[in-house]
Amino acid sequence: MRNPLVMDCGVFTSNYREDMAILHHPGAKLKVLVVLVFFLALPFMVNAYYVSVVNLIGIAIIGAVGLNILVGFTGQISIGHGAFMGVGAYAAGMMTATLGWSFWIALPAGGLAAALVGGLFGIPSLRLKGLYLAIATLAAQVIIEFGIIHWPALTRGPAGMVLPAPTVGGLVLNDDTTFYYLILAITVGAVVFALNLFRTRTGRAFMAVRDRDLAASVMGINLFKYKVAAFAVSSFYAGIAGALWGHYLGVISPEYFTIKVSILFLAMIIIGGLGSVMGAIYGACFMTLLPIFLRETADYFGGGLGGLTHIMLAMQEAVFGLLIILFLIFEPEGLAKMWRKVKDYFKLWPYSY
Amino acid sequence: MTFFLQILITGLVVGAVYALVAFGFVLIYKSSDVINFAQGEFLLVGAYVALSLVVFYQVPFLAAVALTLTMCVLLGVVVERLVLRPFIGERVISVIMATLGLSLLMRGLIQMIWGTETRTFPAIFPDAPVRLGEVAVSQVYLWSLGVALVLLAVFTVFFKYSSTGIVMRAAADDQAAAQSMGISVKRIIAVTWAIAAVVAAIGGVLLGNINGVNPSLAYIGLMVLPVVILGGLDSVPGAIVGGFTIGLLESLAGGYLDPLFGGDVKEVVPFVVLLVVLMVRPYGLFGKEIIERV
Repeated sequence: MRNPLVMDCGVFTSNYREDMAILHHPGAKLKVLVVLVFFLALPFMVNAYYVSVVNLIGIAIIGAVGLNILVGFTGQISIGHGAFMGVGAYAAGMMTATLGWSFWIALPAGGLAAALVGGLFGIPSLRLKGLYLAIATLAAQVIIEFGIIHWPALTRGPAGMVLPAPTVGGLVLNDDTTFYYLILAITVGAVVFALNLFRTRTGRAFMAVRDRDLAASVMGINLFKYKVAAFAVSSFYAGIAGALWGHYLGVISPEYFTIKVSILFLAMIIIGGLGSVMGAIYGACFMTLLPIFLRETADYFGGGLGGLTHIMLAMQEAVFGLLIILFLIFEPEGLAKMWRKVKDYFKLWPYSY
Repeated sequence: MTFFLQILITGLVVGAVYALVAFGFVLIYKSSDVINFAQGEFLLVGAYVALSLVVFYQVPFLAAVALTLTMCVLLGVVVERLVLRPFIGERVISVIMATLGLSLLMRGLIQMIWGTETRTFPAIFPDAPVRLGEVAVSQVYLWSLGVALVLLAVFTVFFKYSSTGIVMRAAADDQAAAQSMGISVKRIIAVTWAIAAVVAAIGGVLLGNINGVNPSLAYIGLMVLPVVILGGLDSVPGAIVGGFTIGLLESLAGGYLDPLFGGDVKEVVPFVVLLVVLMVRPYGLFGKEIIERV
């Protein structure tokens, strides 16, 4: 019988189709199936609190995978993703709360609105790279935040908006469990789309732009088109994540979409692993669970820090910052690389050479 | 007219502080191609340390400032050694993220130590406002403007004539060549970070005296981005001109546009300018045109 710890060995592909398959080796399909069944059954196994945590992780995964398409795969840094999420959330919110449209139209429309704005701010990428582009996206963040606060006719300003819960037929998705399946479906879709994207012409072009844009241009890749497309796709993800988040929480206000959120998402993909879809997933899980873990630890030792919540928040920030620096120095390829190392260790064991 | 002059003077003072902070920014960029998103946090550290020395330990103001600056020299050197040294030659994105991480770390620690409420310096300067024509200007403003101008002048002279300054310019110009002439580029970069931390701290003390100190003061670390982009990332005169321009613009926008849009315009105007500059002239007014076009 196959040793369950041994994974890749003995996979021989004999045609191109097999070579390009996402699930390479025989065990993988089974593994994916088990994971899917586990997630489908999850709400019946744990209480609502854990389901809500998983919901937040799912939304974070959508945003992080999207940002990784831009930063990790196309090599363009964006410090404006918090604002792009806000654009999605507010656009969808206006449609459902103000205009009374169906959530199922508002969700993709919110994504499209974010893609439009993101693509617009991606236009400078034609002339700017690296540092300058990062600063341009930072400007986008500040300007959009200003717009959200100071256009109360559309966004209701600092007070925020109350969003209605989406409905399917007669079912209202207003608790953690029902929303869970919606988020699960969209997250799986987003991840599969991203995994496939990098097997297509467009995805390969993104990577060529990242690796050496001049060379890519010489090889006939239309840089402007693909750079703006990367911004648009990535912002679409951010917009979907924002719209979902808004409707899940039932309320949005400007402080959900600040530069802190942008940096949080950047931290997710750095800690998870730049240029890796799985990395974005690990990073999203890690960064969502970390504050919860910190809070629980503090509760455990400090007996509930009651009035000291601001210390908790500050500590969270400090820990985020420290983690970003440590990961960049010691494991720039993030958790994805660490996980690969662990797998390789078991694969090769006991002959570790 | 009085209103206009008042705005002008506020703008000049804020601009002078921007110029100081931007100066540290430009120094770091010139010497090591690192953009320091944590410059605002350095300012915050300086302000808080000076404040604590004065308020809690009753140290005389000038002695407190001297102690603060010594500490900031150490801080700058330590940060460079521990956080930035591993990134020499790394991708831009790693460096940007590292300094963003540094800013989160520093802000978190600062808030854990000093909390988030606004603290005020005891009045160092006499309260009585000085009358310039028909405008009354509080003395803090004039002192701040004076100190900032003197410092900017001192540093300009320092870079032009002192041997350390000349060595620093050489290292900034071409690291490899400087290294081969026996200049320790690593030492120069450490000195750069020390100077950047010091000028930021002075900026912090000045602003702290005007408005009090709270964590949102670190926002200035972002406000200097429009300043340095406008002036040119690698130009010291650019930082000064950019600082005053943005300071004045911000103040004018705050005075005349805020009532129209319901506030905060002064925070967004510099970034609109920033976008325009990036589109039209990415290397800024005085920067070297080395931007690669594709």
